[in-house]
Amino acid sequence: MSGKVMTMARAVGEHVRDGDTVVIEGFTHLICFAAGHEIIRQKKRDLVACRLTPDLIYDQMVAAGCVRKLVFSWAGNPGVGSLFGLRRAVEEGVPRKVEIEEYSHFGMVARFMAGASRLPFMHLKTFEGSDLPKKNKNIKFIRCPYTGKRYATVPALNPDVAIIHVQRVDEEGNAQIWGLMGVQREAAFASKKVVIVAEELVPGDVIRADPNRTLIPGLIVAAVVIEPFAAHPSYALGYYDRDNEFYVQWAKVSKDKAGMDNYLAEWVYGLPGRKEYREKFGAEYLKKLEADNRPSGSVNYGF
Amino acid sequence: MADYTPSEMMVARAARELKNGEVVFVGIGLPNVACNLARRLQAPGLVLIYESGAVGCVPDRLPLSIGDPCLATDSISVCSMVEVVNYYLQGGLIDVGFLGGAQVDRFGNINSTVIGDYNRPKVRLPGSGGACEIAIHAKKIIMVLKQSPKSFPEKIDFVTSPGYIDEVNSRRKFGFPGKGPSLVITDFGVYGFNKNTYEMILQEM
Repeated sequence: MSGKVMTMARAVGEHVRDGDTVVIEGFTHLICFAAGHEIIRQKKRDLVACRLTPDLIYDQMVAAGCVRKLVFSWAGNPGVGSLFGLRRAVEEGVPRKVEIEEYSHFGMVARFMAGASRLPFMHLKTFEGSDLPKKNKNIKFIRCPYTGKRYATVPALNPDVAIIHVQRVDEEGNAQIWGLMGVQREAAFASKKVVIVAEELVPGDVIRADPNRTLIPGLIVAAVVIEPFAAHPSYALGYYDRDNEFYVQWAKVSKDKAGMDNYLAEWVYGLPGRKEYREKFGAEYLKKLEADNRPSGSVNYGF
Repeated sequence: MADYTPSEMMVARAARELKNGEVVFVGIGLPNVACNLARRLQAPGLVLIYESGAVGCVPDRLPLSIGDPCLATDSISVCSMVEVVNYYLQGGLIDVGFLGGAQVDRFGNINSTVIGDYNRPKVRLPGSGGACEIAIHAKKIIMVLKQSPKSFPEKIDFVTSPGYIDEVNSRRKFGFPGKGPSLVITDFGVYGFNKNTYEMILQEM
């Protein structure tokens, strides 16, 4: 076994430090809730939490007091409404004041692109006519040296650690994703360290048989965690469906601080890890989320 | 009493604006319902693009989120968000962009960021997401939102996404590729924009 494969507790313990800039990416798909829960259990503090769409797991991390600052472009419960934990922090300073630095999606994507390319900034055509640049001094404007036209710029984002959930990985950390890819590749290449969490560990030749599907190569990966169901209530295409009902119910669960604290006590602090989380739902519940069988055709890589 | 809700009426009206073959950038909420309705009625060839990276989607259930798994299954292409924002949106491939928001002013500028002062918000909203660049790049913008004195104020608390910006249409000064807002569909009526003053005018009740 490669020395990269380890438990979630060890991966978070060794690779996420207090004060770190952290990104757990995933655009609806493959959001690593299990890593967020472990960060909460290990009482990590003063994190700068980055992500385009901080949703329920960042809501929980904010409510648990792990986060000092949030860097984002859309903070809500998709299709449902507000993130009440985040709103309590921003509007009332509960449990602590959280600083925010916000962009649009394009702005965040460009920050990760610049970070991944090791360029100081990226230029893009957006933000003019919006109030966002007035409230975020990191958004600036330059003239194109060729045409003289004005473009917005955003600075590179280079997190200390990226935690990326994938469908399958080999023990070297060569990670494959299918379905929605979000901005995970850029977030991984932009970060100083990468932790891959996967539904399944596969032999290296499974990866090599389909190299076009490899989103993140093992050469930038520091740790590999094998943790089935780690993305729930988000989903892993081909493994389990998005638990839409969970997202709908979250509005009620998290609406007041007591409800949020009860949830964290029961489902995060009260459980040692993901295996117990999965068991607590029970077989019948998991069965409902099981993915249909829709295999892709195969292609010939021969020459 | 009508046997449909105000939201259903807005969705049905918005769906009629979409033509077969158009490329539409689908946002969360009512626009999501409107686009999927149009695809099942008069516009089966409507190309749905979601900011999650799914292109040419044919969802066989109504996606709750714009990253629902049913968007990837059977789509034409699934790409990264780098491609969505750079090649599709900034690349000028989007015919129609749908936007919602908490507030809109008479020039079609939209607030989806904050009610009250930015630093001491009364209500913190989700923020731009892709709305700011959709407003700038999509050839045509259709807005769908509920109407009230609060959502149609004289001055909005924050401009997240630019409409015509002001009475001289400062979009042109900034060189935005998209033409700007064309329709605002509410539970009260449908509004267009005056071609000289760039102000919203009531077209249908």
